[in-house]
Amino acid sequence: MAIIVNQEKCIGCSACVPVCPFGAIDMKNGKAVINENCTMCGACLPVCPVEAIYREEIERVVTMDKTEFKGVWVFIEQAGGEVKGVGHELLGEGRKLADELGEELAGVLIGNGVEEMASEVFASGADKVYLVEGPEYDHYNTEAYTVAFVDLIQKFKPAAILVGATNDGRDLGPRVAARVRTGLCADCTDLSIDPETRLVLWTRPAFGGNIMADILCPEHRPQMGTVRPKVFKKPAQDMNRTGELVKVASKVKIEDLKVKLIEILAVCTSNCKLEEADIIVSGGRGLNKPENFAAVEALAEVLGAAVGASRAAVDAGWKPALHQVGQTGKTVGPKIYIACGISGAIQHLAGMSSSDTIIAINKDPDAPIFKVADYGIVGDVLEVLPLLTAEFSKYKAACK
Amino acid sequence: MEIVVCVKQVPDTTEVKIDPVKNTLIREGVPSIVNPFDKIAVEVALQQREKHGGRVRVISMGPPQASDALKECLAMGADEAILISDRAFGGADTLATAYALSTSIEKMGPVDLILCGKQAIDGDTAQVGPGIAENLGMPQITYAAKIEINGDTVKVDREHDDGYEVMECKMPVMVTVVKSIAEPRFPTVKGTMKANRTQIPVWTAADIGADEKRIGMPGSPTQVRRIFTPTQRSQGQLIQEETAQQSVAKLMQLLGDAKII
Repeated sequence: MAIIVNQEKCIGCSACVPVCPFGAIDMKNGKAVINENCTMCGACLPVCPVEAIYREEIERVVTMDKTEFKGVWVFIEQAGGEVKGVGHELLGEGRKLADELGEELAGVLIGNGVEEMASEVFASGADKVYLVEGPEYDHYNTEAYTVAFVDLIQKFKPAAILVGATNDGRDLGPRVAARVRTGLCADCTDLSIDPETRLVLWTRPAFGGNIMADILCPEHRPQMGTVRPKVFKKPAQDMNRTGELVKVASKVKIEDLKVKLIEILAVCTSNCKLEEADIIVSGGRGLNKPENFAAVEALAEVLGAAVGASRAAVDAGWKPALHQVGQTGKTVGPKIYIACGISGAIQHLAGMSSSDTIIAINKDPDAPIFKVADYGIVGDVLEVLPLLTAEFSKYKAACK
Repeated sequence: MEIVVCVKQVPDTTEVKIDPVKNTLIREGVPSIVNPFDKIAVEVALQQREKHGGRVRVISMGPPQASDALKECLAMGADEAILISDRAFGGADTLATAYALSTSIEKMGPVDLILCGKQAIDGDTAQVGPGIAENLGMPQITYAAKIEINGDTVKVDREHDDGYEVMECKMPVMVTVVKSIAEPRFPTVKGTMKANRTQIPVWTAADIGADEKRIGMPGSPTQVRRIFTPTQRSQGQLIQEETAQQSVAKLMQLLGDAKII
């Protein structure tokens, strides 16, 4: 169970030394040697020109009958009487995986009075819906949802489970995975079936998006992953499509729940659901003062966009932290990202560079934001923004 | 009050660069730091200790040099630090890491509050905190932007959609924190000198009585099959016409041409 350098094959070129993210390769007597910092990530494997570095595979104890586990499941996150967009996106992608495996696709719907949402889940491609209802599921609660989800897994044994990488999905996923002791791949941006092993191949960014990793979960079931919202398209819905509704009794008593929701505080005056947004308009220090954020919000309003902010703008108190895009804020991937007066610190770029189209407005032509922008307007953001808002208003009116 | 903070030493991912020719990660010169969110968790722990008394212990799993990260936490004011380090832990995924840490925390004795950063900036998984809570049978509240302790009850504002969910829970509980909850303090000179003199205890797999099938690579259900560098975004088109109006008109035309609108 280690990364090993075949000392006979190693030609001492040292190509592997700088690519190690952990500084775990030293050159000793003209040969590469792995030191104790190694985390076995495998980043060095592909760079060796003579294939001298390899991963020593270990014998894994097979503890479960994997053949019992069949089908692809999608956790259907819902709130305020609506299925969240990411649920539909994952049903679309889950359908492809299920078809390739020749297995069924099911939605897991947990909530209070949510039965009628099942028709939407079928419309987005599910063959089955597992439904657990009760007042204890009225609002997302880690304990309640974990108990319900684990009960379903133990009863119906799915091969793979997709969960949206939202705050709640990333709260629930690791808790469920730890309880059933399986692997969970976080924050995936691509999914496929590995042709060789027939396992789900989970692709995810790491190191602030600097590298990508393909991950498998070979010996444990179910295979689990959280998937970023907005990386997959919502499938076309067929409202005539139906399927089998499987109702499962709740095993949770509301009085047993340790964490209690007291109230919900709304603090964002403009749309801050950044992870689910198709368009985001973000403002930064280039706006000069908090009042000028109104220009960003005006454009967002016309576009039906969410409002983002750079760390500088949040630290200055211009916007609540819920709007922050970047490494210490939210990671977003909308269809269009408009950066207004944002210089583009690497921390900001890490949070938004997977957007489909990036438009930047900045007065400094050398601003790093222009390095990732598809279209960059060099100019005064306060002069450009109202003009852009007016143009989009005109465009929208013309479309009607 | 007994508080344990879980910290991770990470490469400063903002300093990581990509070799433009070979399209590989350049690690040289990239400093190792305390995961920024974990540092915030340490700050929250220190603030709670200042209000309610008790003890703040920090724990980290990692290679021997991760003791540097723990020393930084001691310099900030943590009372004790423990490093969980053993070759047998190598290659651990989040499930195996959570097992090793929760087993260590059990060995540390009764705990009222476990604090973690919301995620680490190298892996970004956000899974180890909930994994630890699950193994210890403790409730969890993630993405805390505010925390208040009254008696044995923890009240947390949890980041959610357009605002915050205000949650309450009796201790013990595991809480993960977001950036806006606190600004980490700088270590004092005296604290740094004292931390540098401290010999941090190192616990091995045998010390914590870990089940060898649940640690390191054998205990990790997930396997990295391949690491690759994503295609980098190339610079697009800069628009700098004579007037802002002309620049905006040009942009609209380009967006139309590219069928983006």
